[in-house]
Amino acid sequence: MAKELWKGNEAIAEAAIRAGCQCFFGYPITPQSEVPEYMSVHLPKAGGVFVQSESEVAAINMVYGAAGAGMRAMTSSSSPGISLKQEGITYLAGAEVPCVIVNCMRGGPGLGTIQPSQGDYYQATRGGGNGDYRTLVLAPSTVQETVDFMQEAFDIADQYRNPVMVVCDGLIGQMMEPIEWREMPKRDLPPKDWAAVGRRGRDHHNVINSLYIEPDDCDEHNVNLEKKYAEMTEKETRWEEVQCEDAEVVITAYGTPARIALTALETLRAEGLKVGLFRPITLWPFPEKALHELAGKSHVKAVLDVEMSSSGQMLDDVRLAVEGQKPISYLGHAGGVMPTVEEMVEAVKKALKEVK
Amino acid sequence: MAIVYQKSAGLTDAELHYCPGCNHGIIHKLVAESLVELGLMDEAIGVCPVGCSVFAYNYFACDMLEAAHGRAPAVATGVKRTHPNQAVFTYQGDGDLASIGMAEIVHAAMRGEKFTTIFVNNAIYGMTGGQMAPTTLIGQKATTCQSGRTVEQAGMPIRVSEMLATLDGCAYAERVCVTDIANINKAKKAIKKAFEMQMNRDGFTFVEVLSTCPTNWGKTPVKAVEWLKENMIPYYPLGVIKDKSAEVK
Repeated sequence: MAKELWKGNEAIAEAAIRAGCQCFFGYPITPQSEVPEYMSVHLPKAGGVFVQSESEVAAINMVYGAAGAGMRAMTSSSSPGISLKQEGITYLAGAEVPCVIVNCMRGGPGLGTIQPSQGDYYQATRGGGNGDYRTLVLAPSTVQETVDFMQEAFDIADQYRNPVMVVCDGLIGQMMEPIEWREMPKRDLPPKDWAAVGRRGRDHHNVINSLYIEPDDCDEHNVNLEKKYAEMTEKETRWEEVQCEDAEVVITAYGTPARIALTALETLRAEGLKVGLFRPITLWPFPEKALHELAGKSHVKAVLDVEMSSSGQMLDDVRLAVEGQKPISYLGHAGGVMPTVEEMVEAVKKALKEVK
Repeated sequence: MAIVYQKSAGLTDAELHYCPGCNHGIIHKLVAESLVELGLMDEAIGVCPVGCSVFAYNYFACDMLEAAHGRAPAVATGVKRTHPNQAVFTYQGDGDLASIGMAEIVHAAMRGEKFTTIFVNNAIYGMTGGQMAPTTLIGQKATTCQSGRTVEQAGMPIRVSEMLATLDGCAYAERVCVTDIANINKAKKAIKKAFEMQMNRDGFTFVEVLSTCPTNWGKTPVKAVEWLKENMIPYYPLGVIKDKSAEVK
């Protein structure tokens, strides 16, 4: 199929419609506003529902209502707006309501900047809302990959009855790239017989709820959620390794910095330096086992983590996975400043020098 | 043997947890009876709040969603927009609706969302133990205004029905109470009418039910009813505040 030039945010919206998204609830915020704009035009044409909510708080709760009533529902926002959605996300997780949430990350804290950032890693992977819960977090690094993930995002959400978050920094949302519309594989999914769609002759009523007032019930509920998260960790963890087979320095990066790292790899390999890239694709579940094994290999001398974050957030997970087997250094910028190829090249050389 | 009274088929067999003298039980019954009589029970989807009626999902026999505090109108928007031919309602108290959920209820009414809100106003936070609500009357004591609410400290209580009625999307707003048989019958009529107008796609429909909270008011059930009549009704007058179906006629 021929390639088409698409802006990231519009491609996300179109991909969601193609993935069977039936309703979208959103609120304007830079740099993701093209998602609701595109949805407002194209989702109703596809037979779906678009509502511009009064706030991000309302948007995520509209998602809870529509998805709780059995629909494929989605919302999108950018960092400060995602903060506002956290209340809804913990209720969705607690009531086991599937949905897709896109975070087109910008710089923070607070209003920060509208430029790309990865400062929401903790929020996405640790859960910004209250309680013991997890959302599966997909982190694409190109517009093509973002588009390809939308079908999986909805399918994974439905399969596990869990919110799925797609985090792409503002660059992916704002950038135009040639992409190919591919028919993505669909999963066999269980019927949504739990949804509050009206009884329609059913002998019992369905209830969408996250309240378990009895301590033993709430404990059991958490145990069951934990089992689900363990299954997701086992079956849904994704990552990519580039030229890691002989790498002496492994760069860990996701999203846009991972893409910049590919150019750094080319530069360094041309100079005869053995460098590889380990790119987590799911931020939760983090590919801990794979990174642990890679870091344990004798050819790996050092790990360099690169993020668009001031002191590193994924760095915590990298450290937990590497478990002290090899030294780890960090390169990063926040506030919309991107790490450059030159900086990466220099940081890799410095890391190598320190271990040799 | 003749049946003289029967629980509505719109309610489950679960035992209500409400305090003695609380009006929630009566209001639940009126909502359930209305849905059954209109033949809507099999398709109805309800959304309950956080507050005393948080467990309403155990009592209404239709499908239910439990919302976060104040967010029921947003949840109901998601349900109704994707199920436009089905009866959808929220059941909310005054802390939930008039305080933390004010944005959600105002915008649902502004958009003319075609669901029905049953707003139970007892002028206090019940479940959390009697704190001041936006609807608490001047002079009324609560655990966060122990000498009584003052205008200086908290402003005047809000009349939600009148405020929502100013919005074009609001098709029906009526304030009722359930202090005696005559008023219970009026309340039932209002609730039924709200659901009828919803199914007629007239717009957002709203019924405010003044209610007692003997526990947190520190009164017996009988004294609580008297207090409601003497204090709440003068500030929150009963009656139809807006009815677009009557305007058309």
